[in-house]
Amino acid sequence: MQGSIDNKNQSIQISGTAETVAVAHGHEEHPDLRIFGLFMFLVAESALFIGLFVAYLTFRAVAPVWPPEGTPKLELLLPGINTVILISSSLVIHQADSAIKKNDVAGLRKWFGITALMGIVFLCGQVYEYMHLEFGLRTNLFASTFYVLTGFHGLHVMVGVMLMLAVLWRSIKSADHYSSDSHFGVEAAEIYWHFVDVIWIILFILLYLL
Amino acid sequence: MTANISLPPVAEQASPSHGHGERRWQDFFTFNTDHKVIGIQYMVMSFFFYLVGGLLAEGIRTELATPDPDLVDPALYNSMFTMHATIMIFLWIVPAGTGAFANYLIPLMIGARDMAFPKLNAVAFWMLPPAGIMLIGSFYFGTAQAGWTSYPPLSLTTAKVGEAIWIFSLLLGGTSSILGGINFMTTILKMRVPSMGMMQMPLFCWAMIATSALILIATPILAGALILLSFDLLAGTAFFNPTGGGHPVVYQHMFWFYSHPAVYIMVLPFFGIISEVIPIHSRKPIFGYGAIAYSSLAISFLGLIVWAHHMFTSGTPAWLRMFFMITTMIIAVPTGIKVFGWLATMWGGKISLNSPMLFAMGFLSTFVVGGISGVMLAAVPFDIHVHDTYFVVAHLHYVLFGGSVFGIFTGIYHWYPKAIGRMYSEFWGRVHFVMTFVGFNVTFLPMHILGLQGMPRRIAMYAPEFQTLNQVCTWGSYLLAVSTVPFLINALWCWFKGEKAPDNPWNALTFEWMTSSPPEIENFEVLPVLTTGPYDYGVEEEEKLATVAG
Repeated sequence: MQGSIDNKNQSIQISGTAETVAVAHGHEEHPDLRIFGLFMFLVAESALFIGLFVAYLTFRAVAPVWPPEGTPKLELLLPGINTVILISSSLVIHQADSAIKKNDVAGLRKWFGITALMGIVFLCGQVYEYMHLEFGLRTNLFASTFYVLTGFHGLHVMVGVMLMLAVLWRSIKSADHYSSDSHFGVEAAEIYWHFVDVIWIILFILLYLL
Repeated sequence: MTANISLPPVAEQASPSHGHGERRWQDFFTFNTDHKVIGIQYMVMSFFFYLVGGLLAEGIRTELATPDPDLVDPALYNSMFTMHATIMIFLWIVPAGTGAFANYLIPLMIGARDMAFPKLNAVAFWMLPPAGIMLIGSFYFGTAQAGWTSYPPLSLTTAKVGEAIWIFSLLLGGTSSILGGINFMTTILKMRVPSMGMMQMPLFCWAMIATSALILIATPILAGALILLSFDLLAGTAFFNPTGGGHPVVYQHMFWFYSHPAVYIMVLPFFGIISEVIPIHSRKPIFGYGAIAYSSLAISFLGLIVWAHHMFTSGTPAWLRMFFMITTMIIAVPTGIKVFGWLATMWGGKISLNSPMLFAMGFLSTFVVGGISGVMLAAVPFDIHVHDTYFVVAHLHYVLFGGSVFGIFTGIYHWYPKAIGRMYSEFWGRVHFVMTFVGFNVTFLPMHILGLQGMPRRIAMYAPEFQTLNQVCTWGSYLLAVSTVPFLINALWCWFKGEKAPDNPWNALTFEWMTSSPPEIENFEVLPVLTTGPYDYGVEEEEKLATVAG
């Protein structure tokens, strides 16, 4: 039983030497998989948000009146402006990507700075809205879902802003940190930002418009 | 304990640029990014929690030896079964299957030097010890008592501090699991040696693709449910609290949307392990490679649309119950395909009855019993009759112990020579198997009858007419506890004193056997090239030569 198989193994190992492969440290010898990994992460993130959305829709579907009677009407102007800011920031951040693809680090800094600023304005707008709402976290089921969903999204906006600030910090610390052929941080922050944007659009429709 | 994992001199030459060419024992206790170290860390840690969860189980069985709650008071009993289930699921079976085996084996099997994201891998591991310590520590503050399902409103009204700790531990464990899933998916899809197509992968990799997909899609839903539950618990909202206008059934849906797929997260890796072990120790090619590979994906997909069969008594409407009954029964088809594939592989093979093969056969026989009682439970009328009885307890232990834990031991024995570099003792392995198999069946088989007679689960006291069978279960559980002793002695003794293992003690064909035992730090001196299928055992000599030449 042993002999015949051993031959086989040997043939495998010998044929292995035919192809020369660098014995460098593992991570330099395969292509950069971080973007792929980021997408896997966003699959999980999407599932998390979808779970919360479906929970909200279920609460809504089984309630006799939605939002429950006595819930003050939501003001649309401020969140509307916020939505426009967030959606347009997705266009702005894409300029940064185009800039770094042309090796334009100054452009990268400019567009990332503007996007981060827009994110911060969005967050401030949301805090302002929270402070002026006539219902609190515990008022009723609608109020609770409203705060938890927007709050959870706000947390993601904050993470996105922090990612952009981190990219800015790195590009300021060393001007050649990002270049046309190595800018994972820029790309990742942009993809994440688009994701946060899409989630907001769904959230806005669910909470404010429907 | 791990001092003996030193590498042969070849390894040191292989990676001179690496800085630490030699494996040190400290690596196993610190933040290390080598997938093999992380795999062993996962295994040792989860085995520790297996012992903790096992102790809790023995406490439960001892309490149930008599009908009265005389050993512990009922509140502590509730905490004990809550912690038993939580620890066994989230800190033993999930980390042992997806953590230990997947981390250790995937890069070796596909000819990679490490996982795609080694640091992320280590981060994922180091989230678990704090989660486990918090869970065990919560006994000091009054542990969660609402069962591992933690249904509100019960979970909102009992042992609040323990419940909060429970939620936080599970969120940590879930995050760790998701990070692992990202890593497995990326590694398997993107890092195979160029000569290995999807259909040349070892079946364990297919099983892990299916498992990782479930982790990525289902675990976040549990996180969502737990976040909402923690708001109810700590901030006074009423998502799931009927007194504030909330809906407990929404929690049940979210919980089971994760926790049913979790059953497959806990068993698919072992389907993979069994698919590796059976052909090797039967010296025959696997029967129906494609069927076994694709049935993993089918189980993964179907596993996402069966969750409400846990909720047939939760006021689920009739048409919905019908849907979930049918989908649940359909899952038996891909599972049956696998079982037939394994049996057909063994049929007429040169079976060696060594420890991994014995456990694999134990897995097959007990898992089939659990699978069949699963189909019984899928039928709505029967399920309503036995809901929350010991029949369910019997079923789930046949699947999770008879399936997953037997699968873990199969894997441990099969890859022990590779991971440790020494052979385990075959005699004590067989003793371990016999004791485990007998102990397992004596413990859990009578529970079917108890359940059919109407003994409710999760209650410290029971009607006196159930006592005889309960005592049989309790004696069985003691045998099961003792069966761990030969295993531990065997594993620890042979770690230091065992006979040196050859590189390929089983004459296997997959890549992990083509490197030294234990593998050097970056796995392969020269990356292997695929020249045979993973399971071409017993193929005629000329054919093999033709394959190699061609």
